[in-house]
Amino acid sequence: MYGGGYIFEEIKNGQSETEDLKKLENFEVRIAAGEKVEPTDWMPAEYRKQLIRMIEQHAHSEIIGALPEGTWITRAPGFRRKLALMAKVQDEVGHAQLLYSAAETLGKPREDMINDLITGKSKYSNVFNYPAETWADTAVIAWLIDAGAIINQVANSKGSYGPYCRALERICLEESFHLKYGHDNVVFLATGTPKQREMVQEALIRWWPPIMHFFGPSDKISVHTETLMRWKVKMASNDDMRQKFLDMYVPKIWDLGLKIPDTKLKKSEETGKWEYTEPDWAEFKRVINGDGPCNKERLAVRRRAEEKGEWVRRALQRNEEKYTVPLS
Amino acid sequence: MSIKSLDPRVTRENLPDQPDTNPIKDLINWQTYEVFHQAKKGDHHAHVGSIHAPNPEMAVILAKEQFARRYKCVNIWVVKTTDVYSTGYDDEDIFETNPEKMYREAGGYKVMDKINKYKSLK
Repeated sequence: MYGGGYIFEEIKNGQSETEDLKKLENFEVRIAAGEKVEPTDWMPAEYRKQLIRMIEQHAHSEIIGALPEGTWITRAPGFRRKLALMAKVQDEVGHAQLLYSAAETLGKPREDMINDLITGKSKYSNVFNYPAETWADTAVIAWLIDAGAIINQVANSKGSYGPYCRALERICLEESFHLKYGHDNVVFLATGTPKQREMVQEALIRWWPPIMHFFGPSDKISVHTETLMRWKVKMASNDDMRQKFLDMYVPKIWDLGLKIPDTKLKKSEETGKWEYTEPDWAEFKRVINGDGPCNKERLAVRRRAEEKGEWVRRALQRNEEKYTVPLS
Repeated sequence: MSIKSLDPRVTRENLPDQPDTNPIKDLINWQTYEVFHQAKKGDHHAHVGSIHAPNPEMAVILAKEQFARRYKCVNIWVVKTTDVYSTGYDDEDIFETNPEKMYREAGGYKVMDKINKYKSLK
């Protein structure tokens, strides 16, 4: 589950001049023609760097994203929901494994990525720094956050880097179950008793601002990403993805008679675009930089898991072990 | 100060709210194995990805968990990544060949004309 958006560093002017221009041109021609790049192919240093950054953050988001939902496994209402939630959480962790492998093919060892996560150096999707207060929150996450993630991931699966695209194809397939499962849970509560309806309505109110943040800052204030779009690292602008999400899901939310906490939200008949209150980007920045309600807890839980598992990993380690980069 | 969570299990862990751990060590995630997966008997095994494991037995267990959670799978192979010997993409010209290769295709052999001509002469 990952929405992307905020992750790219600005490419400094003239950076690509240090590259072999002939190779760079050849690389861009191949990408424009729809060819995929494989791990051992020549690629600009900047392409490698930004891809590692993006895929790594995507992987961290899957791992951390499993925490707010995983916390509800023991308290899931009923055996079937417990089974489904366990399956979903296991999928998310599996997605992280696929993504870490894809990032590793670009030359960053898995241990380095995990260290960057647990020491707070790497980012992950900002939405997971908010708590899942009730069962209804897990329903809203599974439906709408996964819906946002699918929009982002389907776009990215048409990108230029082979291993990332292959991982995303498998991921999208599995996420479609998450989306259906989430929708089913929301519909169950929204069509249930007044208390259940109230629960899901409150959860939606809590989660709406993070959902609007999910695709990253507005195009007006985010770094320019023309080069990354040309290289098919970034496949759609943050605002375009947000529009697509609103287009697909606002009607479905309104169908259930649920209120979205944004009085400005409507689709303009002239432009065909959604109008909405600009999300609070100052809050987004504050939370992503560590000051959200759950940042500390998320990283502490992840660190403790590494500490607790270390003796098993060490017991199985063999002296002759050498670092290997996965093939593809 | 330890972390108070909505989840009582997390609160009971008494997690410090500041990092207190040494980062994980190199190679603690072992090495990589490439995974090949057969969906049903009679199919070829197909490469589906890679996993980290300390030995082949664990590699099979983890590969099953990772690549055979859903949908049918009847068999899995794992191969140490370092044991895979491959061609390089920068050597793609090794696959270049004579473009005219009808002599090794079924369509390169047409006999009906001759047979019909032979028959019409009889």
